Amino acid sequence: MSPFLSVKDLKVHFPTVDGVVKATDGMSFDLERGETLGIVGESGSGKSVSSSAILGLHRGTNALVSGQILLDDTDLLQLSDEQMRLRRGRDVSMIFQDPLSAMHPYYTVGNQIAEAYLVHNDVGKKAAKARAVEMLDRVGIPQPDRRVDDYPHQFSGGMRQRAMIAMGLINDPGLLIADEPTTALDVTVQAQILDLLQDLQREFNSAVIIITHDLGVVAEMADDVLVMYAGRVVEYGPCKEILVHPEMPYTWGLLSSVPDVAGDTESRLIPIPGNPPSLLNPPSGCAFHPRCTHRDKVPGDLCRTETPELTAAHSGGNHIKRCHLVNPDEVYATEVLPEIAPDLVEEN
Amino acid sequence: MSDPITHDDKANAEELSGEDVSGTTQTAPAAGSHAEHQHEEQVGDGNESLDIDTGAIFEPHAMTKGDFSAKPILTVDNLRMYFPVKNSGIIRRTVGHVQAVDGISFQVPEGGSLGLVGESGCGKSTTGRLITRLYKPTEGKIDFDGKDIANYSARQLMPLRREIQMIFQDPATSLNPRHTVGTIVGAPLMIHSVVPRNKVMGRVKELLEVVGLNPEHYNRYPHEFSGGQRQRIGIARALTLQPKLLVADEPVSALDVSIQAQVINLLQDLQNEFKISFLFIAHDLAVVRHFCPEVAVMYLGKIVEVADRDTIYLRPHHPYTQALLSAVPDVRQAAVGGRRERIRLQGDVPSPINPPSGCRFRTRCPIAKDVCARVEPPLMQIGERHKVACHFAGELGHHPAEPVTQRLLGMDAEGNPVEGQTSATESELLDHPGYAKTWIDVKTGDTVD
Repeated sequence: MSPFLSVKDLKVHFPTVDGVVKATDGMSFDLERGETLGIVGESGSGKSVSSSAILGLHRGTNALVSGQILLDDTDLLQLSDEQMRLRRGRDVSMIFQDPLSAMHPYYTVGNQIAEAYLVHNDVGKKAAKARAVEMLDRVGIPQPDRRVDDYPHQFSGGMRQRAMIAMGLINDPGLLIADEPTTALDVTVQAQILDLLQDLQREFNSAVIIITHDLGVVAEMADDVLVMYAGRVVEYGPCKEILVHPEMPYTWGLLSSVPDVAGDTESRLIPIPGNPPSLLNPPSGCAFHPRCTHRDKVPGDLCRTETPELTAAHSGGNHIKRCHLVNPDEVYATEVLPEIAPDLVEEN
Repeated sequence: MSDPITHDDKANAEELSGEDVSGTTQTAPAAGSHAEHQHEEQVGDGNESLDIDTGAIFEPHAMTKGDFSAKPILTVDNLRMYFPVKNSGIIRRTVGHVQAVDGISFQVPEGGSLGLVGESGCGKSTTGRLITRLYKPTEGKIDFDGKDIANYSARQLMPLRREIQMIFQDPATSLNPRHTVGTIVGAPLMIHSVVPRNKVMGRVKELLEVVGLNPEHYNRYPHEFSGGQRQRIGIARALTLQPKLLVADEPVSALDVSIQAQVINLLQDLQNEFKISFLFIAHDLAVVRHFCPEVAVMYLGKIVEVADRDTIYLRPHHPYTQALLSAVPDVRQAAVGGRRERIRLQGDVPSPINPPSGCRFRTRCPIAKDVCARVEPPLMQIGERHKVACHFAGELGHHPAEPVTQRLLGMDAEGNPVEGQTSATESELLDHPGYAKTWIDVKTGDTVD
């Protein structure tokens, strides 16, 4: 049986006067119902662009989208705009990063939540509003029958994000895309929202794509992780494999540039040198090579001249990575791990 | 820069050495007072060491070590900031106050850093703005380097601006988009007439080099830089006058993770090089842990716990600190799988216009009792470098059954005053910015040395 969502070689290119910006350049992954995929990467690495392509949000722009997005064996890219409109919000929906700017300030929260229901169901306004109250209650808004008539500015940040989740889940979609759902929130509220997302996912058995730059969120939420750099997938596999035995220097960089809140006191902070590359003129060969501290370990000038393919990682399984290094597992264990988490080295 | 950039300026920049600038000290017209002389000399000294290796910010950096014997450069005592809330009628009467900062006391050691953490709306940014005197406090003392600056006039503040500078959160909005980098970084030099006008460009270039930017880019505009580079421009501007205290208000939260580490390392290098004291305001507990040997946790305008790094992160005694720490998602959870067991706080932070009676955290506190609504817990010292404001302070899972503050406040377990016992609210141990030699043992409620 084919997976619930299967993205194959997705490309999103934007032609500009200066040349083609390859925001996403060949992305493939599978996702089952009830599972969570975490997409991580720096800003500009193509995380949000790829997920908005799944939602068909690039239709009507001059973006060139190619590849396949198979949702329940239907290729979303082949659908007409009208067919896509019927699916958007019903089969696939999205939670945006900043609920204050994603919600309309002139309409009540209830109105906006009910609209998503009205569009896809043959019901009256009253029934839609009742459904909105029910959803607000489900996402943990106190006194939902009263708060349903409030405007977004009357909600706190956490409540707005809850309302966004209510809006996204009102039609019980099979696929929910959460684009940085907790980045604008405080840690205690973030914990509440992540709990809620997980509960609702279990209840509705939906597939969830969570886009974030916080590896901690990924570690706690995701089953699979996809690391993106400069529009390309550089590492993809089960969450545990990626975060415990990463084999791509960029993933190492991400792990070592975040200070630890727990763990050993003597852990050190190692930034990734330089800045993310321009997608207009990506570096030749491996896009990460100008910032990679391990490129000397690859014989010749391979990193600069040849783009590595996605190959199976040493740890096996479904873990794949895009790197020329011959022995990344050894390099990680002997050079990277002792710097960032000396306490873990002794355990192994 | 209003001056056209002449060839001379460039030549100056290349030749600029430590001697060169100390030479200008004598000729600088503004260098009148003794204090300014000293400052100039520091600039001169700084110049020789300005050549810090900017490549070093990509090297691994260990956590900042704390020196607790240093004398405090900043002492804040019972600081309050109330913003009036006006009604919407024609006569805009004040109908209440937002108690943004409500009686906080702390110290920042010379050359050290104090971290200020808390959720949005807890008053941490207001505190930063009070210390830089962008706001005038409603009440309280801000003792900076022996002077109480809380009630300084604009004129009195002018020389002070050299010594306290600020780094802002969002570099995109805190840099003037119509000024070049050279103008932005050079403005403080011009305003304070620190160096003669024809030497400004040279200093600017040096500063850009210090923060890891290409000095040839002085003629560019902020939009031509990436987020991390823009934040470095903000840091260069704050460093221009060689301040003694830097208030960094969320300096890295607008940046990408890999860039965050670069900026944190840069700040660490600058602190070591120039012995700058930091008040580091952030909501990211991991960043604060890395940068600050001492951390204060704020909730709704009050400091609820302050301690050295190890105590705060390994043995927090306030239920809010415990909840805050347990809410942080941990990368290492991946090895175990699933979500971490955590203390779940219900609801949102209450409004600071009408804060709860007694302890402000009681509405969300998992261990709150009746006494918490009646009596406000004072910030009391419970360890050598550890203060907490909680009636039931204790390590996670070991909170005492009876309020530890009973004897101290002269009350019984329900918060009723006990006859014959006096409240020790004026005690050295309570709500005091510094640390005393004696403290209260949370297990027994006794005073120990």
